[in-house]
Amino acid sequence: MNKKLMRTTAILAGLSMTASAVAAQEIRFQCYSDGNECEVYEDLLSRFEAQNEGVDVIVDVVPYQAILENLPVQLAASTGPDLAKVTDLGGLNEYYLDLTPHVDASYWEESFGETLNWYRVGDRQGIYGLHSQLTITGPFVNATLFEQAGVEMPGEGATWDDWAAASRAVIEATDADFPMAMDRSGHRVAGPAISYGAKYFDADGVGSFDGFETFAEAFVGWNEDGTMARDVWASQGGSTYADAAQEFINGEVAFYYSGSWQVGRMDEQVGDFFDWQVVGSPCGPAGACSGMPGGAGIVGFEGTEHPEIVASIIDFLAAEENYAEAAARTRNLPAHLGVAAAGVEFENASPAAQAALNGFAGALPDVSPVAFAYQGYSGNRAMFGITVERLSQAIVGELSVSDAMDRAASDLESALAETQ
Amino acid sequence: MLHVISPIMRVIEIPMLALQRVLGINKLAWVFLFPNLLLFGLFAFLPVILNVVYATTGGDNVLLADRPYVGPRNFGTLMDCSNYLDPNSCREDKFWRAVWNTSWFVTLQVGMMVCFSLLTAVILNGEIRARGFFRSVFFFPVLLSPVVVALIWKWILQREGVLNAFLDWTGIGGFNWLVDAQWAFGWSVFISVWAHMGFYTLILLAGLQAIPRDVYDAATMDRASPWRTFRRITLPLLAPTMLVVLVLALIKGVQTFDEIYAFTGGGPGTATTFIIQYIYEEGFAGAPRLFGLAAAASLLVALVLILLTLVQLWANRKNANG
Repeated sequence: MNKKLMRTTAILAGLSMTASAVAAQEIRFQCYSDGNECEVYEDLLSRFEAQNEGVDVIVDVVPYQAILENLPVQLAASTGPDLAKVTDLGGLNEYYLDLTPHVDASYWEESFGETLNWYRVGDRQGIYGLHSQLTITGPFVNATLFEQAGVEMPGEGATWDDWAAASRAVIEATDADFPMAMDRSGHRVAGPAISYGAKYFDADGVGSFDGFETFAEAFVGWNEDGTMARDVWASQGGSTYADAAQEFINGEVAFYYSGSWQVGRMDEQVGDFFDWQVVGSPCGPAGACSGMPGGAGIVGFEGTEHPEIVASIIDFLAAEENYAEAAARTRNLPAHLGVAAAGVEFENASPAAQAALNGFAGALPDVSPVAFAYQGYSGNRAMFGITVERLSQAIVGELSVSDAMDRAASDLESALAETQ
Repeated sequence: MLHVISPIMRVIEIPMLALQRVLGINKLAWVFLFPNLLLFGLFAFLPVILNVVYATTGGDNVLLADRPYVGPRNFGTLMDCSNYLDPNSCREDKFWRAVWNTSWFVTLQVGMMVCFSLLTAVILNGEIRARGFFRSVFFFPVLLSPVVVALIWKWILQREGVLNAFLDWTGIGGFNWLVDAQWAFGWSVFISVWAHMGFYTLILLAGLQAIPRDVYDAATMDRASPWRTFRRITLPLLAPTMLVVLVLALIKGVQTFDEIYAFTGGGPGTATTFIIQYIYEEGFAGAPRLFGLAAAASLLVALVLILLTLVQLWANRKNANG
């Protein structure tokens, strides 16, 4: 009886040790989706698990808001996941795991080039993030509305004023509601603002709103005279994000300024309702015709108990064939230079979506270097929020444009002082 | 039952008697109070202390060890104003906009809440048909989650919402209610009154039913008019209950956040941004996260709430003493 009891105890102890050994390699990946990204990663990572016995990658799908608001608090409190898909690329740098010792650095530098810098801040110049989703802001145009109105679309090199005038003419001739709409986001206004002369950095490379006022005047004016859909910016408070995708999908907007990540949604939801297309970012008086690059990346965190496994997961996703597959299945622009050069056949993309993605990819050379630098600036999230808050106040008439810009400058000064 | 409890009590009695011998009978009370004190200390007192500590620190780190001590600087930032009536003259203009929005909101919302709750309670206290049904109808919104309340009204009031569809149908034409600052604020007050009125109506109804019937019988015999009866009997005898309603509504009004945040997000601009939303955005939603400023603002709100609570305690005591 005693022998039997001892044997059972030994087996149970063995099993529990095995279980804890397996549990010790449980990796948590906090992921959000614009479309089907997390689903695709889960599928790709099941292959990684098959190749690496004992590793269990759990993909926790969370809302985007959780990535923006909860993840930084979790990381600061050392209760974060092992890896996550993030958009505040430079802002969370202090928590990133440096992948350099665990990966082939030359492959990463060759494949991801400039985007690696977006994850670097100050002295921390390692390899931190796999830029999984390259995005670029730009306009979607309802071609059917233009056709119905008999208005010719402005061609290459057209300015914001040209598009505003053409869109107004479209609305006058049709029963659509809004000539133009732009997402309520500091990131979205950045490209147009640069085209209007926003510098975004002072001489010392510190964030600044110098030169932003020209665009602010134009943008507030468009909201006042009905050129822009006022609902998007004025019906919200704080720095809350709002988009006008649904209005565009409903055929209410002629010209909608958003970004490449909306292509999948447009493809699925517009269907045959009307013809839509992507055009390059309009030009501004400063001579630039810039959109704003951006996107999301997968990063590991220093707090992980399994740095090697985390690094190997990210490295697995960065491998050219896996990256190409993910880009094709998620219908995202590739940041991997090799994949981009080879071209991506986006899965289940209609000809319109394929053309739109190519259109966005084609607009990349027009992106101003300031926009690239701004995307990689660690204080950009603070600047995005300030832009939205103060521009909204000017739009609803709480502040004049000039007061709003003064407030934006002092907000930024305080924010930078607090983070130093 | 007793044969089960008695042995258990005998077992418990042994250590308790021992404790009593060691501590004495007076100190034994602390042993009984300890579990409750522990929970209170952990979940109420400790956060208050932490809040005070955070309010005197700066930076955007969560961990206290990484936060530099800045003394009363955060309070100074909030109070730095050349004219408190004009938020534009204040260094932290968003805080003062939120303060004034909250003040206006509380004044309007509490005033309307007390008036409408009283009116409804008086009607529901009368001999009307389907009284039970109407009592349920007025109480129903209280059962809804604040987010549900906000979404229902957003669905009604948005540009292509139910109300505008109806106005279009009648030929009046729709209006963009949530983009106009005054309308958005007005609807926020209305929705808040609609959502919470049932609770205060219920309290007032209980107060009305506690008024002795014979006082009304005497008034009827004296041929007092209904208005005079209401003014001279109902209102004075209902005053203690109304005071409770008033103070509770004031405290709840100052704390307003969830339903209005889900309804308007604080907009247009800052038209419906109230003080709790300001604290939330400074501390948690914005970048950088200014925990110190948010903690300082929340201490100022706590001060106001403590004052309101003291008023309630004082009024209750005054009523109790006649």
